[in-house]
Amino acid sequence: MEQHGQTNQRVTIVLHSGDMDKVSSALIIGNGALAMGMEASIYCTFWGLQRLTKGGLDKGPLSKMNFLGLGKWMVKQRMKKANAASLEKLLQDYKDLGGKIIACEMTMEIMGIRRQDLREDLIDEYGAVGTYIQEARNSQITLFV
Amino acid sequence: MKEIKVDCKEQTCPVPLVAIKVDCKGQTCPVPLVEMRKALRQAAPGDVVEVVGTHPASKKEIPMAVKALGLELLSVEGADDDWTIRIRR
Repeated sequence: MEQHGQTNQRVTIVLHSGDMDKVSSALIIGNGALAMGMEASIYCTFWGLQRLTKGGLDKGPLSKMNFLGLGKWMVKQRMKKANAASLEKLLQDYKDLGGKIIACEMTMEIMGIRRQDLREDLIDEYGAVGTYIQEARNSQITLFV
Repeated sequence: MKEIKVDCKEQTCPVPLVAIKVDCKGQTCPVPLVEMRKALRQAAPGDVVEVVGTHPASKKEIPMAVKALGLELLSVEGADDDWTIRIRR
């Protein structure tokens, strides 16, 4: 499909955190960039990669004031009231718009995560730090979340 | 034979035929931006995409995105919490 309005600009995000609010931020930024004609890549490492395991997307705590889950529950209530999009929807939209997801192979080794433990249908590439550097060096926006 | 229906009620000359309508009422950032982008990807050159929504931030963001995409912003109408934006692909 012809990509009108597509720029050569890219945003690359390292998703190191697995916290719910941080995953949300990364996906919103990725979606925003894609909506504006940029390309986007999210490199999932450490706790971020945990969110890509089957059934693991919503398991992250709130990054602050989690209060053993109470804080997270309260924030989720507020998000529901504000009609904020769920992580799953943000992730699907991100992929639909052509967003790329890269899984860190080193993290997989360290944490004992196998490919079959992950949602392989969402992951475009498996790579180590060199893969990230290649993405990031050609990006106008790079973020560590 | 295939029948093509075109509703031009209350349209003025020249009729900007809205090819794709996107209803984002009640949706919040980033959904209106995302749905607008999805609709534009489906549209053919020259098609008009109409987005309606209620999120005040998106009313400002969508024209910005249209400009970034190098497309034509036809109109922005309505209040901050009940707007209609038309874009030509």
